[in-house]
Amino acid sequence: MLIPLPWLAEYVPLHGRDGEGVAAALVSVGLEEEAVHGSGVAGPLVAGMVLEVTPELQKNGKTINWCQVDVGPDNGGVRGIVCGAHNFAAGDKVAVALPGAVLPGPFPISSRKTYGHVSDGMICSASELGLGGDQSGIIVLSRMDLNPEPGTDLIPPLGLDEETVEVNVTPDRGYCFSIRGVAREFSHATDARFTDPAMIVTPPATDGGFEIELEDSAPIHGVAGCDRFVARVVRGCDAFGPAPEWMRRRLTQAGMRPISLAVDVTNYVMLELGQPLHAYDLHAVTGPIVVRRARLGERLVTLDGADRVLDPEDLLITDSPGGQRASRVLGLAGVMGGASSEVGSGTRDLLIEAAHFDPVTVARTSRRHKLSSEAAKRFERGADPELPPKAVQRVIDLLIEYGGGAADLAVTDSGQAVRAPGIAFDPDYPSRLVGVEYSHQQIQQILEEIGCLVERNDATATGQPVARQPVAPAPGAAAGAGTWLVTPPSWRPDLTRAVDLVEEVARIDGYDHIPSRLAGSPPGGGLTKSQRSRRSVARSLSDFGLTEVLSYPFVGEATFDALGYGAGDPRRLAVRLANPLDAAAPALRTSILQTLLGTARRNAARGLTDASLFELGLVTLAPAEPRQAAILGVDSKPSNEQLAALEAAVPAQPRHVAGVLMGYRVRPGVWGPGRRSDWADAVEAAKVAARTVNVHAVASQDQRAPFHPGRCARLSAGQVTLGWAGELHPAVVRAFGLPEAAAAFEIDLDVLTEVAPDMVAALPVSPRPLAKEDLAFVVDRSLPVGELVTAVGQGAGPAAEDVFVFDVYEGDQIPADKKSVAIALRLRAGDHTLTPQEIAQARAGAIAEAAGLGAELRA
Amino acid sequence: MSQSVSPLDQAALDRVADQAAAAAQGAADLEELAGLRRQWTGDQSAIAQANKAIKSLPGADKAQAGKNMGVVKRRVFAAFDARREALEEQAAARQLATQTVDVTLPTGRIPRGARHPLELLQDRIADVFTAMGWMIAEGPELEAEWFNFDALNFGPDHPARQMQDTFFVDPPGSGLVMRTHTSPVQARVLLSHGVPCYVAVPGKVFRTDELDATHTPVFHQVEGLAIDKNLTMADLRGTLDRLADAMFGAGVVTRLRPSFFPFTEPSAELDLLCFVCRAKDPACRTCGGSGWIEWGGCGMVDPNVLVACGVDPTQYQGFAFGMGIERTLMFRGGVQDMHDMVEGDVRFSGNFGVEI
Repeated sequence: MLIPLPWLAEYVPLHGRDGEGVAAALVSVGLEEEAVHGSGVAGPLVAGMVLEVTPELQKNGKTINWCQVDVGPDNGGVRGIVCGAHNFAAGDKVAVALPGAVLPGPFPISSRKTYGHVSDGMICSASELGLGGDQSGIIVLSRMDLNPEPGTDLIPPLGLDEETVEVNVTPDRGYCFSIRGVAREFSHATDARFTDPAMIVTPPATDGGFEIELEDSAPIHGVAGCDRFVARVVRGCDAFGPAPEWMRRRLTQAGMRPISLAVDVTNYVMLELGQPLHAYDLHAVTGPIVVRRARLGERLVTLDGADRVLDPEDLLITDSPGGQRASRVLGLAGVMGGASSEVGSGTRDLLIEAAHFDPVTVARTSRRHKLSSEAAKRFERGADPELPPKAVQRVIDLLIEYGGGAADLAVTDSGQAVRAPGIAFDPDYPSRLVGVEYSHQQIQQILEEIGCLVERNDATATGQPVARQPVAPAPGAAAGAGTWLVTPPSWRPDLTRAVDLVEEVARIDGYDHIPSRLAGSPPGGGLTKSQRSRRSVARSLSDFGLTEVLSYPFVGEATFDALGYGAGDPRRLAVRLANPLDAAAPALRTSILQTLLGTARRNAARGLTDASLFELGLVTLAPAEPRQAAILGVDSKPSNEQLAALEAAVPAQPRHVAGVLMGYRVRPGVWGPGRRSDWADAVEAAKVAARTVNVHAVASQDQRAPFHPGRCARLSAGQVTLGWAGELHPAVVRAFGLPEAAAAFEIDLDVLTEVAPDMVAALPVSPRPLAKEDLAFVVDRSLPVGELVTAVGQGAGPAAEDVFVFDVYEGDQIPADKKSVAIALRLRAGDHTLTPQEIAQARAGAIAEAAGLGAELRA
Repeated sequence: MSQSVSPLDQAALDRVADQAAAAAQGAADLEELAGLRRQWTGDQSAIAQANKAIKSLPGADKAQAGKNMGVVKRRVFAAFDARREALEEQAAARQLATQTVDVTLPTGRIPRGARHPLELLQDRIADVFTAMGWMIAEGPELEAEWFNFDALNFGPDHPARQMQDTFFVDPPGSGLVMRTHTSPVQARVLLSHGVPCYVAVPGKVFRTDELDATHTPVFHQVEGLAIDKNLTMADLRGTLDRLADAMFGAGVVTRLRPSFFPFTEPSAELDLLCFVCRAKDPACRTCGGSGWIEWGGCGMVDPNVLVACGVDPTQYQGFAFGMGIERTLMFRGGVQDMHDMVEGDVRFSGNFGVEI
């Protein structure tokens, strides 16, 4: 909402505050400052008397005027100025921007050579000064009823020294979409006296006015679409002419485009009071006007030129041409009018409408047709039902003052707006909820200041209970002695509960009175196992040399293709967004690598080719059969069945951790040649993540996109798959522009946490001597070494403390389809020194078990 | 050289010992010392000769001669041992000197990783709240509309439901959205955990904003919810002041400003006094001249939310808040551009290491 300060000052004294001062005051009562706008014009901008106008035809076919303008003795007297406009003549007084001035843009003005002359300033148009509206040429001051001496500073008379404050109005404060509402709030903030612009005397409703009928075959939530409709007729008014300059300026400052007197006056009154209005050409509408819901298949061309198919829920303004009642659609009630009944150049007789529409009806229509308007913005937040007759009166007064004519005596006022019930209010509730001790007197004063009617039922008062009873038990509404009945003002439909009144008390008294006190919560148990695991894994991976990054979780088919997913890969089954930011990435990732590889590409493209990254985050698994997530009620806790069903409709979102390792892991340097990250680093990273939470991850050979088919490990803990790791498929490496042999991993952190022990059992440490046995086996080349190691460990029995591979050899000494694997076996007993017999037995057991895999002990 | 000395001639023996010690002391290196030692203590040496002469002495003199020889030999051997140790030490020192390296050469063979500062901040915030006894919770990012809006008192026709710039899930009417705030976890925790309840929820949220210097469609919040018998806005303020101190250091100035959220009443924004201009520069680019910067929204939990979550609002009341993590990082670390936080350039995270 844009608030020109002089307009605000008409209804509340600003006491010398400038734009920033006004904005600061409004912030304290909840109107957030967006900006403070000046005119953007900096002087010198002075009045000039045009002495001579010499038209000169230019080579380009354009005629320019070489003018001699008297800008007053203090500004150098007569100056030569080139001007392209022709709507003025010698003898006119004009606005001259002298060299050094700055016009909105910003456009600094200087003396410059043009069309063969030195133009020593600029004769300004309204649009060049940011005054809006009139594009038809330069300003002739007499036409604005100004007659200053040449050289007079024009900044104040043209209103260019006026500031406009822009505030953000929250959805609960519809009444602040008006000068009236903002002036009232300013008075709350500063205690300055507020004069209500809606204090307007209106004639009573009569019979015989323009016929208006309200009907509603399909009210939403049982609320009539229109509960009040005021209509009056003005005749003989020059409605299509321009509005007065001051009004046009204010509309421009408030962000609206001046159009014609009729349109400008209705907009002006809407901005001033908050009541949307409409002016019809009286002869373009035929009574009765009927407010009704749309019929299936009806259409309307709205003022914005769009041809719209209407919905039976849309509320319409219709009229009755040719005796066909309610047959022609004039507009979408409270949202936008139609083109047919607009005020035109011939319009002299007008029908002025001001109505009160149901917020929900307007909101839905506005949303359905993606049609936001100044009217809809106000109605959907709840307008003041007492305003329509006052606003119409104000429009009529302004029309007659600036366009002439007279109003009919008849006044149509159809319908009856329902007054909101009073609120049962426990006056101790504000102190209890806010933590500030407010006296009852203070509370009453504040509530009355915002316009509430307060009926106190104090035990000490008359003893007569308040007649009306609270609607339902609610916090702060305890019935009985001491309970007040508070009736909010008509412009505050947001105040419906005791708690709403508490905010008013706290806000008007000032949030800065709220003390800072630290809640003493009961002792807690710290982080959960899953939270601790996550943190440990992240820390371990960063210690392993990986850098944590974050990527957006949005992906598209192209990424699935680039990763080499098969047509039936379940990871292609992704949840899609209805309104993605990027049409090429409309789905939610089903694997972190889908988005992390893009981040790896960005790093590589920036020359960071030796980077290793990881990310922890959620992936979203689309259910095979999507279920609709119900919109449950809110009047009480949903049943456990309802909640379980809702839970089941939300797709599973396991937490994964993934990493990409590329380029040198150890750079070539003074220590010698470097070492590039390879599949083993990726597998190890995954194992490190698992080991961090005491899970022993075992690798087994596997094939899975996006990995190299021969360099991919499945990582398991017992029977449970944790994830995969290995070298990326060369095609993937190419597709993402990564260094050769880049490697990656991804594991499911939820599964990992699940299999991680809750508690780790201690391992007794034996001080007995260690026995070392080394075994070299010849095995088939295809035998995974991991299986051989496991067999050796198992065969050696309980004395095997450690088993590890220290050499794998393929070559001359060995048959072509075989390899030699050297394994170190470390034996120790807990309670005695192993005897030579026991050692031999363990060794024999290991050899026997390995033989089961076809392994022969090498001589 | 090997003049013969009588093992009974103490003065002569002393002279030999003095000469031997002087010779040992004069050895330049271990090799020379070994030669001198052979010369002064070997079979042909005066000492050896004197020793041999003992056996031909009369019995009565043997004891004295033996004693004399013992003294002389100990002296001589001690002199050679002392010199050997000294020379060995010198040799060792020379050896170490030849092994000198340039310690300014690069040493970083093991790659250094880092955590993302937004994640570190969330961990740090979780620590602040667990220290106060709160629990930490999380919820799904793809969320039921009911949790994201309805349970939080955003009715289907509420204007605020439109102001959230929501990502909806296909097909329309699925009842699913990308959560626009961490607040749905409030309802989830109240339903599953009940009251009293003190919970903080750091996490990712989504709005349909294009990425630019100050906006990102994916960002982070920390939600807080405390419901108990007697909590007030003063407790809310105290809790946020504690968090502000932990995030920005003691001395940060806060203010509560009236605002609106469907799920809180009364509602407020928590603002921080501008770190850059301290409300002294109307042209300040950090705060836009207002002197205050917005940190997040908060308020007392609306009774309608409590009712929808099965909590009796006449018995329990409490507060909720949602602070921006990106904003927190921007104010703490002076991050100028949102792109740095979201692009995943390893240099950005790397600068923070694993501690923030």
